[in-house]
Amino acid sequence: MADAKVIPFDDDRSRGSAVQRPPRRRSAGSRRKGEPTVVREVQPLPSRAPAQDDVPVTREEQPPPQRQDKGAYGGLERRIAGGLAFLRRRLTGDYEVDDFGYDAELTDQVLMSLLRPMYEKYFRVEVKGVENIPAEGGALIVANHSGTLPMDGLMMQVAVHDHHPANRHLRLLAADLVFMLPVVNELARKLGHTLACAEDAERLLAQGEVVGVMPEGFKGVGKPFSERYKLQRFGRGGFVSTALRQGTPIIPCSIVGAEEIYPMIGNAKTLARVLGFPYFPLTPTFPWLGPLGAVPLPTKWTIQFGEPIPTDGYPPEAAEDPMLMFNLTDQVREQIQHTLYKLLVQRRSVFF
Amino acid sequence: MGKVVLVTGVARQLGGRFVRRIQRDPQVERVVAVDAVPPEHHLGGADFIQADIRQPGIARVLAETAADTVVHLDVTATALGSGSRTSVKETNVIGTMQLLGACQKSPTVKRLVVKSSTNVYGSAPRDPAVFTETTPPKSLPSGGFAKDAVEVEGYVRGFARRRPDVAVCVLRFANILGPTADTPLAAYFALPILPTVLGYDPRLQFVHEDDVIEVLRIASHEPERGTLNSGTFNIAGDGVLLLSQCSRRLGRPTVPLLLPAVTWAGSLVRTLGMTDFSPEQIRLLTHGRVVATDQMRETLGFKPKYTTAQTFAEFARSRGPGLLPPEALAGAVDRIAALPLAGSGHPPTQSAN
Repeated sequence: MADAKVIPFDDDRSRGSAVQRPPRRRSAGSRRKGEPTVVREVQPLPSRAPAQDDVPVTREEQPPPQRQDKGAYGGLERRIAGGLAFLRRRLTGDYEVDDFGYDAELTDQVLMSLLRPMYEKYFRVEVKGVENIPAEGGALIVANHSGTLPMDGLMMQVAVHDHHPANRHLRLLAADLVFMLPVVNELARKLGHTLACAEDAERLLAQGEVVGVMPEGFKGVGKPFSERYKLQRFGRGGFVSTALRQGTPIIPCSIVGAEEIYPMIGNAKTLARVLGFPYFPLTPTFPWLGPLGAVPLPTKWTIQFGEPIPTDGYPPEAAEDPMLMFNLTDQVREQIQHTLYKLLVQRRSVFF
Repeated sequence: MGKVVLVTGVARQLGGRFVRRIQRDPQVERVVAVDAVPPEHHLGGADFIQADIRQPGIARVLAETAADTVVHLDVTATALGSGSRTSVKETNVIGTMQLLGACQKSPTVKRLVVKSSTNVYGSAPRDPAVFTETTPPKSLPSGGFAKDAVEVEGYVRGFARRRPDVAVCVLRFANILGPTADTPLAAYFALPILPTVLGYDPRLQFVHEDDVIEVLRIASHEPERGTLNSGTFNIAGDGVLLLSQCSRRLGRPTVPLLLPAVTWAGSLVRTLGMTDFSPEQIRLLTHGRVVATDQMRETLGFKPKYTTAQTFAEFARSRGPGLLPPEALAGAVDRIAALPLAGSGHPPTQSAN
């Protein structure tokens, strides 16, 4: 559906992915530079490949004609068996969670599948520079935060989960409000999120996890529509000292598209105070249209992971140096803001 | 010269087991078991002295026996038999004060081991996910056993300052489970239907009774080479179980209730005297609590035999099946799995060939 309206590049992508699946991911990274070359690269591959290494490819190429009926049948069978095994494990409680309550199985099998349609079909997220996230070891991803509801964090998690070659899982740091709300806290813990505090962040980084943080916090997510793509203050830069203490690289991440999903034109402060929320958004549709008004606008998103900023070259006492903190915080902030502007210039339209 | 170990709170199963175990250690010459009521279980060759640690008489006991190691296990959440919450609190707080006062006056005491609980960290959504020994609690426990434990630890810290020559070890145990454990959480898991808080799935950690006995033993002897057994340590099995996992593994159905309803139901159950469903218990079952055990492994040099999951499995085995035994559920799923295979059982075998 979405592809039909789209201008050439996405046509190329759908053609590319129809021919062969893996190139879709690769093209997501380097599409803009040379769409024609990517397409040319993709199309000859199947014809050239059999000549080069025929053994594995022929094995893959031959079965489909025979397996067409049986394969689909067996696939369904296998999926049912897999689903029942999953159900069995869930019903008997025979699965593992880590110290933070991260339920890898539930996240992979259920929660990601629920988020994926939104990611692929609704926001049509385009991911760039996912190779900047190291394949192993800790890393701190710092992103801009926006959109009234923290959809950007969830989409970033899907982006890392689905696109990173080493199948890394993003562990997001969330505000304490998330852990006070019933149901939300349960889901957040199972998705691997934890409270945005130095202890938890350091523990995760020390375990070699990829940690995602949005230092703007409520200032960013609840900013008015007129201030979209203007980064707010980055807290006290606690994330920098955390990364410095663990010596993990900081990866700036810019998310374009999230800022327009709920154009917040007003803030019902009194109501927010009564409900105990940091802000209560008023958008052109919410709360006037009720639950229907809570449907986000189908903007087209781009998530760009930037060049990692190394932090392992500093002496151990550097984490307590306020000047260095400010400089590094500014550097990260500048880089995110700069990339945001660059992506905005390249963007053709909010919705396509 | 052998050691003289004085153990308080021996009328409880845990105290009794510890007394029986420590007698077998070669360096222990005599074990003095103290409690206000005579225990129902046997204490092996230990000398039982009926003394109430809330009374100053404990100082005389300590002086007469010339104990050099004091193991204070009489810090508990539940009353033994039909005691009220007030008497439990008195035993915990006043009892610890008296005992520490007695220890301070005694020239022979060289080592003090105190059983505390991870309850001292409280349980709040603003807390970090994993507590270390140095994490200050965001919201101090307002009452109940948790507050007792906080106060007990406060007195113990004061004692350690006044008597720097005594090695003091505070062991913060996660929820103790086992075949004989009489903790509030064990009572909760014994309910046929588990009330839970709607929209919360707390992370729980357990420690097995056997491991409790073992770590108490390590703490009451001279430290092994390369380890240090004075200080404060979190003691818990590896890993984490969610309450939903616990109920499924135990085979007991849950009834999710809204938080106010749980509080109300808790007070109702408490009035009926069925189980101690205290506010702190409800907080634990809402937000959960997980502690880091790095200090236990690296400094104390103790490796628990049971992980959290194994501890819980042992506990579940000792309790018998619930209303929805996991085996029955697994069997039901297997039967469903067998159904479509009966109609179309051939394709997978063909593709396998």
